[in-house]
Amino acid sequence: METLKTPLYDFHIDNGGRMVAFAGWDMPVQYTSGIKAEHIATRRSCGLFDVSHMAQITLEGAGAEALLEKLTPTDVGAITEGRVRYSLFLNADGGILDDLMIARINNSLQLVVNAGRAKHDTAHLRGYLDTNTVMFVLENQALLALQGPASSTVLENLGLNLNGFTFMQIRQFELLGSAVTITRSGYTGEDGFEISVPAVDAVRFAEALLSDDNVVLAGLGARDTLRMEAGLPLWGHELDESTTPVEAGLRFALSKRRCDKADFPGASRIINELTNMPKRQLVGLLPEGGRPVREGTELLHNGQRVGHISSGGFSPSLNRPAALGFVAVPLAAAGTMLAADNRGKQTPIAVAALPLVPHRYFRGKKT
Amino acid sequence: MLRYTEDHEWIKLEGDTGTVGISPHAVEQLGDIVFIELPEVGASVNKGAAAAVFESVKAASEIYSPASGKITDVNSGMLEDLTAITAENAMDNWIFKIKINDETDLDGLMDEEKYNAMIS
Repeated sequence: METLKTPLYDFHIDNGGRMVAFAGWDMPVQYTSGIKAEHIATRRSCGLFDVSHMAQITLEGAGAEALLEKLTPTDVGAITEGRVRYSLFLNADGGILDDLMIARINNSLQLVVNAGRAKHDTAHLRGYLDTNTVMFVLENQALLALQGPASSTVLENLGLNLNGFTFMQIRQFELLGSAVTITRSGYTGEDGFEISVPAVDAVRFAEALLSDDNVVLAGLGARDTLRMEAGLPLWGHELDESTTPVEAGLRFALSKRRCDKADFPGASRIINELTNMPKRQLVGLLPEGGRPVREGTELLHNGQRVGHISSGGFSPSLNRPAALGFVAVPLAAAGTMLAADNRGKQTPIAVAALPLVPHRYFRGKKT
Repeated sequence: MLRYTEDHEWIKLEGDTGTVGISPHAVEQLGDIVFIELPEVGASVNKGAAAAVFESVKAASEIYSPASGKITDVNSGMLEDLTAITAENAMDNWIFKIKINDETDLDGLMDEEKYNAMIS
């Protein structure tokens, strides 16, 4: 199958991007400085990521809200103009079909879904469309993620007024002569922005952002280590059709009004788990020693299998191996010692609270 | 005699002792190395068996022995600074030395020219 290319493909090559196939797209896993350097630069200053492979979808019309409420546990009606919510497409058993962002701007609902689930999600949405709702997949929009503590300064240097623009908001701006839609959100645990720009402007925007000394190009490798440290789940690893939002630590994505009414897919199982605890829980994991523990590794307690690693690798911020995984609830408390069964060799591994590295979102100036 | 394997190890044979490392190309592909496990001196290894492990941020890579024999030395200096090995110095950063049982183990391996053709 031929891989898809984002509008920044040539830009990546020109900047030393090492391209790999990811979810059907040819994407940079890293640039010349490497994953660790890109990761650290994002935490200290600012990383620029091409996330154009994610699908941007618009829903318009009187039926859009009701449609999304049929598929998610989100109080979509409560998402006011200019706001963004994290949401989940759920199946009838409360399993996660995908995770997504829902934003309301100009009276339309803007969705961003995972690249690897875009086909599934658009078909899923189409199956529920009625004559009151129109869906557009924005194929001519690129998406740039600017992430890190310097990201607001970088945008202000380009003339943006970010007054009153806080975490999980969406707004239209005039930037570099183009109309762009920006959300203050991301996938790193840092303050940051996701900038939706017309595909034809993507290279010009990337070059303008990169010309700021605060900005370093960062690839999918750093994106993965950053989100792992931040305890942010990835579909296909932490999230799948057999995992519920409660197990995955996503209680915040279950709107109160929807739980009170129990009117979303899988509500009975999910509400039962909210009340009585789920069987297993997503946790952070810190293996002893220097060797990373990888995805799929079984976790043992007194010789019994009690869970598995869902994402495992190295944490550049902590400068040690780290992982995410699911463990049986009685053992999910921080500090619990388990063993990771690394091909017959057992490594002691400690359960740790998430996030492994604190979030630093911009929620507004404290007064 | 310098030979390369398809898995990007190199072996320099002097007498019956082979010095083994990984190619500049392999170092480049690995990316940031975060963990190295070396074989034990005195251990017997078979041709094609995993003798060392290099773990990068993204993945684990096993280093296979290009020949059967007994490990006589390991480059433990490598463990002091995992970032020291680069594409530029990969041919000098040997991983282990092996007293090989049978020189014909190297017969099927590639010389530099063939190896460079394979990775280009």
